[in-house]
Amino acid sequence: MPTNGAPTKITQGSRTKGGIGESTLRPDGTLKVTGEFAYSSDMWHEDMLWGQILRSTVAHAEIVSIDTSEALATPGVYAVMTYDDLPTEVKNYGLEIQDTPVLAHGKVRHHGEPVAIVAADHPETARRAAAKIKVDYRELPVITDEASATAPDAILVHENRDDHHIGHVPHPNIVHRQPIVRGDVGAARERADVIVEGEYTFGMQDQAFLGPESGLAVPDEDGGVHLYIATQWLHSDLRQIAPVLGLPESKVRMTLAGVGGAFGGREDLSMQIHACLLALRTGKPVKIVYNRFESFFGHVHRHPAKLHYEHGATKDGKLTHVKCRIVLDGGAYASASPAVVGNAASLGIGPYVVDDVEIEALALYTNNPPCGAMRGFGAVQACFAYEAQMDKVAGQLGLDPVEFRRLNAMEQGTIMPTGQPVDSPAPVAELLRRVKAMPMPPEREWESSEGVDVRQLPGGLSNTTHGEGVVRGVGYAVGIKNVGFSEGFDDYSTARVRMEVVGGEPVATVHTAMAEVGQGGVTVHAQIARTELGVTQVTIHPADTQVGSAGSTSASRQTYVTGGAVKNACELVREKVLDLGRRKFGPYHPAWATAELLLEGGKVVTDGGEVLAGLVDVLEDEAVEVEEEWRHRPTEAFDLRTGQGNGHVQYSFAAHRAVVEVDTELGLVKVIELACAQDVGKALNPLSVIGQIQGGTTQGLGVAVMEEIVVDPKTAKVKNPSFTDYLIPTILDTPTIPVDVLELADDHAPYGLRGVGEAPTLSSTPAVLAAIRKATGLELNRTPVRPEHLTGT
Amino acid sequence: MDFLRPASWEEALAAKAEHPTAVPIAGGTDVMVEINFDHRRPEYLMDLNRIGDLSEWEVGEDSVRLGASVPYSQIMESLRAELPGLALASHTVASPQIRNRGGVGGNLGTASPAGDAHPALLAAGAEVEAESVRGTRLIPIDEFYQGVKRNALAPDELIRAVHIKKADGPQQFSKVGTRNAMVIAVCAFGLALHPQTRTVRTGIGSAAPTPIRARAAEEFLNAALEEGGFWDNGKIITPSVARQFADLCSAACNPIDDVRGTASYRRHAVGVMARRTLTWTWESYRGTAARTEGVA
Repeated sequence: MPTNGAPTKITQGSRTKGGIGESTLRPDGTLKVTGEFAYSSDMWHEDMLWGQILRSTVAHAEIVSIDTSEALATPGVYAVMTYDDLPTEVKNYGLEIQDTPVLAHGKVRHHGEPVAIVAADHPETARRAAAKIKVDYRELPVITDEASATAPDAILVHENRDDHHIGHVPHPNIVHRQPIVRGDVGAARERADVIVEGEYTFGMQDQAFLGPESGLAVPDEDGGVHLYIATQWLHSDLRQIAPVLGLPESKVRMTLAGVGGAFGGREDLSMQIHACLLALRTGKPVKIVYNRFESFFGHVHRHPAKLHYEHGATKDGKLTHVKCRIVLDGGAYASASPAVVGNAASLGIGPYVVDDVEIEALALYTNNPPCGAMRGFGAVQACFAYEAQMDKVAGQLGLDPVEFRRLNAMEQGTIMPTGQPVDSPAPVAELLRRVKAMPMPPEREWESSEGVDVRQLPGGLSNTTHGEGVVRGVGYAVGIKNVGFSEGFDDYSTARVRMEVVGGEPVATVHTAMAEVGQGGVTVHAQIARTELGVTQVTIHPADTQVGSAGSTSASRQTYVTGGAVKNACELVREKVLDLGRRKFGPYHPAWATAELLLEGGKVVTDGGEVLAGLVDVLEDEAVEVEEEWRHRPTEAFDLRTGQGNGHVQYSFAAHRAVVEVDTELGLVKVIELACAQDVGKALNPLSVIGQIQGGTTQGLGVAVMEEIVVDPKTAKVKNPSFTDYLIPTILDTPTIPVDVLELADDHAPYGLRGVGEAPTLSSTPAVLAAIRKATGLELNRTPVRPEHLTGT
Repeated sequence: MDFLRPASWEEALAAKAEHPTAVPIAGGTDVMVEINFDHRRPEYLMDLNRIGDLSEWEVGEDSVRLGASVPYSQIMESLRAELPGLALASHTVASPQIRNRGGVGGNLGTASPAGDAHPALLAAGAEVEAESVRGTRLIPIDEFYQGVKRNALAPDELIRAVHIKKADGPQQFSKVGTRNAMVIAVCAFGLALHPQTRTVRTGIGSAAPTPIRARAAEEFLNAALEEGGFWDNGKIITPSVARQFADLCSAACNPIDDVRGTASYRRHAVGVMARRTLTWTWESYRGTAARTEGVA
């Protein structure tokens, strides 16, 4: 099958070393693997205090009283603050809906909600003082699921809602609801030869970033504060912090500190406001570092979900219709729930051509832990369910699951359920073909002349099988993820680029507020500057709020949007430099006026390769600087009744083939291989692209077989807030991940690139589940799969 | 918290006599987690790392005297032949870094039902060398575990070593966890064949309030092996015998539902491990298996 699209061609900068398309190494790489990188938790300031947060021990309760006297009297304690000590009328914050109290007022709505904060001269003093604060709770019944949230007598998690969703939700305990209706499902169902229904459950996954929440707030002489912080979006934090402090944004200076991973978990504020409040109250620098236990309460998680699907298909393998209902548990506060709902709904049927669709997605308010952004953002839960359905339908039709998917795969020109045409390459069938064509890993690799290598078997070194009960299964899945912020959001980035001569060499400086959270953005920015400006020396300025917003490091958007802003600013600098050259040297050579000019290797050259001048001579002691905002093409909101609208910027596709071996007697799983094929438009840094795909794949594996925050349904309390009991894959759980990267340019995007980071997280999980189903013959409608599910015990 | 750092064993015993609430620390695998999570705030912490002979071992005629602090990595490396069950169990302890620090003394001191060494010690047969200023005594491993995280030590006693019977036949250890490395046991099983006494011994971890032996299963199997002359004729154990042994091992469990697994899964898994480890050890005893111990 021919595939639309072609690789991007690069002219400017193609002869300059270290530009885009090269696997240049990350400046932070060696420091991180040798343990020398300074993370936000490593910061220190002379005379600093340590902040500690007191969190609720119950999930839902009225606060009868708070007694801080004993804590305040503790030697070494400088400040204890509760809701009553907040300095302004702004006492809540939130990404979209300001429903999250800085400190609890009269009520706590989830286990681990901040109630009071303490600053002391030693972290242990602060911790002990916080433990001396007496909070008298009057417990309330907990709302934990759809039934309890929408029961006739349900307590409202938030009374007096006045947000912009309250007008269209069927119940005040529903944050947001998005239907999508297209075609005529009733009529289409008549054409179906098979109809398959399924009910699916997706567990609560944690981002499990390795660097816990931390930051340092230093009071400034002008009454402001400087916050050094690990975050995903400095300017979003700033917008939420400043009003609570009663300061203009200009007096809250923010600098990005070393970020130890994010995956969505740092989109919401954690200790930012608390540290600033304590610093301003005490007049001293205040550092807050969560430990691992607190970190599990200190950030939002991936929404657990219940999903109901109905798929219809004709005998010849064409989908007739899809109906689905996706219920996401948003927990106690809104966080990113509305946008997650929009994603789950609009991407809810997957990368397939279906003309007749009824989709409903909603997020609940409950007393469970708040849920929000995590890699894949609503599309992950849907992909788990629709891919299970695709296998079931294929099974009913007696078709090969890959063939059935290819028969229904979308392509460029397909109309989404939202009515939006897919107007760039969508090589869904091709990705499936490629992933299926990869060579299979050999069977029974655990056997050797030496005996049995248990590391190759389910259970690994735990020595549970030497081959007994082990059955291999192979499964496939493909997914679709949007790139960038959707639904009409003004999703821009700012870049400031400067070119000047330093030490006799032309040097470019790139200054953005982009949060480098490990994605490798700083590497890519330097590559873009080299390509666009033809220089080898590039300085990346530390990210701070002294430059305009770079938007969030999420939604697979940073290379596209901030990368696009850097490219744009570089192009403007290049034009200015060429203008300067023309003014200085134009009269001496006609090519300045007539030829297409490029910057290559520190020189101005013609497209024919003739050198016109060195940049050093063009610039002399002048610096050329540009700061510009850059936007991708605008999107629209989804209609609240029909879900129609051009809501997304770009789509990203990945396909996986999972090969697993299951010890069917013990219910233990070894993922042998997770092959991935992904279209990335243009790989700006191929090594980073592979890293993103392997990382996303592994995170998807985690939620397939082990990762889950377990919440007690009776108390809404978290039962496993530690890495002892919240398991993430080790290297022995991580399979070989062969990656096949496709580069089909999206003409709307800088260099034709496509956001990479999230798509592999989608299809990895359903591929593993499909392979386990194949090995066991079990239905497995829930993820993660636990040994008791596989053994029926 | 006071930090005690005795330079010798005698000093340690004296300090423990003076401060019976002192918590000994060697590798810190359990103790530091409890302190860091604030589950425990001991009045005194006693560092045993200056006492070199706790990290030594002696291979005797019938048993190995294993110093309380001999790290798991050392057991894996140096005592594989003498203590194969414990060596296999050591492989499953946490990560290489922790195996370099942690030792059996810590497992015994904590006496958690999930300690990886316990099933291997129970199956092999062992005695805990406990000492105080009052003197030394050897506590049989069967009497050592008294309750959830409770052991038979007196408040003034310290664990100096554990005397483990040298293997006189094949031994196996299996552990179920929900990931393939670095995991706390959902449940675990140890099995040792003792051809000299024509007996088998078992050990079960994480499936009862304490580590236990499946005594009814042992007695059943001892009788079945004796009756059929299996020790002499080396015949294959019939599937029905293996199944009954497995069922009795399951029945010995008294597990709970918790965040790591359900009670019924634990019971089931112990049965599967019992059946498999019996097959592996018996095949090895018969001399037919190339190497069923598992290599890593």
